[in-house]
Amino acid sequence: MSNDPTSTGHKITVATTWLDGCSGCHMSFLDMDERLIALADQIDIVYSPLVDTKELPEQVDVGILEGSISSDDDLEKAKEFRQHCKLLISLGDCAVNGNVPSMRNHFKLADVMDRAYRENVTLQPQIPVHGVPNLLGTVKPIHGVVAVDLFVPGCPPHADAIWYVLSELIEGRTPDPSQVTRFGA
Amino acid sequence: MHLEDLAEKAAEFRAEEAAIQREVRVCMAASCQSSGSLAVMDALKDACGDGNGTCHVKGVGCMGLCSAGPLVAVADKDCGLDASLLYRDVTPNDAPDIMGSVCGAPVERLRCPTDQPFFARQHKIVLENSGIIDPDSFKNYVAAGGYAGMVRALSEMTPADVLREVTTSGLRGRGGGGYPTGLKWSTVAKMPAGQKYVICNADEGDPGAFMDRAVLESDPHRVLEGMAIAAYAIGANKGYIYVRAEYPLAVERLQTALRKAKRAGFLGNKIADTQFNFEIEIRLGAGAFVCGEETALMASIEGLRGQPRPRPPYPAESGLWGCPTLINNVETFANIAPIVREGGDWFASIGTERSKGTKVFALAGKIHNTGLIEVPMGTKLRDIIEIIGGGIPDDKSFKAVQTGGPSGGCIPDRHLDIPVDYDSLKTLGTMMGSGGMIVMDETSCMVDVARYFMEFCMTESCGKCIPCRTGTWQMHSLLDRIAKSQGTQADLALLEELCEVVQATSLCGLGQTAPNPVLSTLRYFRDEYEEKLQLPTS
Amino acid sequence: MPRPANQPNVRVVTLKIDDLDLSAREDETIIEVCRENKIPIPSLCYLDGLSTWGACRLCVVELEGQNRLTAACSTRVAEGMQIHTNTERLQRYRRTIIELLFAERSHICSVCVSNGHCELQSLAQRCGVDHVRVPYRQAAYPVDSSHEMFRLDHNRCVLCTRCVRVCDEIEGAHTWDVMGRGSDCRVITDLALPWGESETCTGCGKCVQVCPTGALVKQGTSVGEMVKDQHFLPILARRRHAR
Repeated sequence: MSNDPTSTGHKITVATTWLDGCSGCHMSFLDMDERLIALADQIDIVYSPLVDTKELPEQVDVGILEGSISSDDDLEKAKEFRQHCKLLISLGDCAVNGNVPSMRNHFKLADVMDRAYRENVTLQPQIPVHGVPNLLGTVKPIHGVVAVDLFVPGCPPHADAIWYVLSELIEGRTPDPSQVTRFGA
Repeated sequence: MHLEDLAEKAAEFRAEEAAIQREVRVCMAASCQSSGSLAVMDALKDACGDGNGTCHVKGVGCMGLCSAGPLVAVADKDCGLDASLLYRDVTPNDAPDIMGSVCGAPVERLRCPTDQPFFARQHKIVLENSGIIDPDSFKNYVAAGGYAGMVRALSEMTPADVLREVTTSGLRGRGGGGYPTGLKWSTVAKMPAGQKYVICNADEGDPGAFMDRAVLESDPHRVLEGMAIAAYAIGANKGYIYVRAEYPLAVERLQTALRKAKRAGFLGNKIADTQFNFEIEIRLGAGAFVCGEETALMASIEGLRGQPRPRPPYPAESGLWGCPTLINNVETFANIAPIVREGGDWFASIGTERSKGTKVFALAGKIHNTGLIEVPMGTKLRDIIEIIGGGIPDDKSFKAVQTGGPSGGCIPDRHLDIPVDYDSLKTLGTMMGSGGMIVMDETSCMVDVARYFMEFCMTESCGKCIPCRTGTWQMHSLLDRIAKSQGTQADLALLEELCEVVQATSLCGLGQTAPNPVLSTLRYFRDEYEEKLQLPTS
Repeated sequence: MPRPANQPNVRVVTLKIDDLDLSAREDETIIEVCRENKIPIPSLCYLDGLSTWGACRLCVVELEGQNRLTAACSTRVAEGMQIHTNTERLQRYRRTIIELLFAERSHICSVCVSNGHCELQSLAQRCGVDHVRVPYRQAAYPVDSSHEMFRLDHNRCVLCTRCVRVCDEIEGAHTWDVMGRGSDCRVITDLALPWGESETCTGCGKCVQVCPTGALVKQGTSVGEMVKDQHFLPILARRRHAR
């Protein structure tokens, strides 16, 4: 981040969302505990499941995506984030490499749906179609569909790792997440 | 045995055929057999009858012009046995006409002129007997001057003399790499005395290459003789021919040749009444391309999984069962007997400064005269394709020729005037390879070509080293995307990066050269890739 | 690389690795000298005590005066060698090789019993692989749980053949081998029988201990619980070769 927030008075704007993930990465974000207060001086969370805003602003400094691309809805969100965020971060293994959601790639989608909604259901087995997004045949990491600038692996990445990455960005440096986290961490 | 004894024997064998007035030679190599030459041979034999012994129908090896098969040559004493008439596309129904014709009045509708450039521009050393002698006949081979090289080496030369002749000849390995044969032999010869092996690599597997098959099917004794001379020069007493099981005819003829050579005392113990012992065993490959790589081939002979191992140590130092081993390909060994017979200087007078002798090429693809040719090193590529090969059929124009199979690259029209030798081909980003030439016309898509060869490398990767095993898979899937017009500029960049990694880090030659068809098609036909790329969506 | 004891007249050579002047016995390989001198070189198929395999290509190094890269595990040192083990180019190649491995099968670290104790996982971190640029191959392989003590998950196998070599060279059973070609190669027990039905397997578990990933593990372990111990290997190897 080239713009120095302290000198301009402008806080770094951050948007986050989760796609096909367990929300664990967002929980880990909250695990920064009291550091969140310090962080709040530096960044503005303008769109996130953690805040109330319903619309992604036109221009955001940092976009953080948790979860993999598993449905039409995930795909749309990822594209939207790419379009509106200057810097896009894949947060956590699902976003970085597909992780657990991608384990269904070894099976046909129809078989997976049957197993989940028919075979193991005793009451009114049926495939849900209303109000749920269409699932894609293959689960992909975020960078499988849009360009990603920074990858923070981990399941979930430790709060310290997230703190390190954001602090580096605030300081205008490019973080090297491999120093603090890894696949499966 | 002295050379004179052998010469006497040869004269004796020739005399046996003195009564033959007319010799009808039918190609019995795999290509003509597949177009029906067995039935043609039977029909000709029927038409010939017993002929009072004056008419003789015999099966011979490859005559070269495979696209015109079945080929039949008729040599008549009245016209001189050397000046044979060649007939093309012969069917069993043509047999009576052929047998009924006299030498002054040939069957015009079947004639295949032998003064056309396809034949006239060739220079035959390796294929000198091919299409003339009966490959199953030991007598034919000896009558044609066979085993004179071996007997000369054993009776008149020391192993050092033989090494000197081979070194003087300037012969380089015909399997693809072009390593100097004399140097290779000398290295094995210098290893301390003890168990040593000679291996003939007949695991020819490049798509579109059939030179070695033709040599084995047409003149198997020549290969045995070359191996025996090599064994004498380096001090080995045991040889292996590693031939792919997909060449059943070649295997059969090799087995016959081995049996007959052994019976005649030209293989086995005390060869040609000297103290030299040499035995050859045939080992069949089970269909893995990688077993053409020398360390994998040796592992396969040892009964292990056919996988390469890191070199050094090279086979010359530690090869089969850890013993010093000489490994050459079929065509290399096929050049040895003439070199010893005629001398290294004679051989070195043919070809170019750094590539001596001749090279056999298999012409395939979009070219008039598909088949087998042998030309002096340094022949212009354009002459091979346009004159000898007869150019491109169906009024199409030439686009590129792939040499060196899946390890080589393509050469576009603007470079066709280069002389064919090891070094010139290398500067164009391809290689001599074993001699396959696949010609492509204007309708060929070069991305498809690259994808085809990559698929070959992917399915033939042994799976040992990571870059080749998974890199070829990734490169193939990228090529597939690009070929289907689904690729992006990023895909192309990734493809080029993978090419670099696989080339630089793979364990054996198969992996190191697997990216070559991609790199060379990119070098000359990058526009064809770019035309197929998807434009980035905003 | 195991070597017979009492080798006569082994000379000592001097060489330079990454600007460090070093001396080594001429029968040592580059990787052995690097390990002795704490020069880190990534590797996967190499393991002290087993024969050299030379397949992972992660240990390739640059030799001055030579165009082609050379594998440190299968190259002996020589007098005056100048070796570079960590150039930008080598780092790039190693990252790509590791990415290729991750994309080949399904290495989902978060649910692996070897999570946190896996050589592939830590190699990725060490070499800075924080994502995989190439597409995943998406091929599913079976899991063999037929053995009463151990489990084989082909989806996590990197085909380093440590199991094959330790079983053959140290245990002497040669239960393991490899079948197939290319990316579809698989390690197999006996003639591709279920492991539990193998008549040659002694159940010694050496294969499990030397396996760098979660492909060979103990039954009954949960995520992150499979910790491996390879200390036995160099000791057993020396004893075997001393005889």
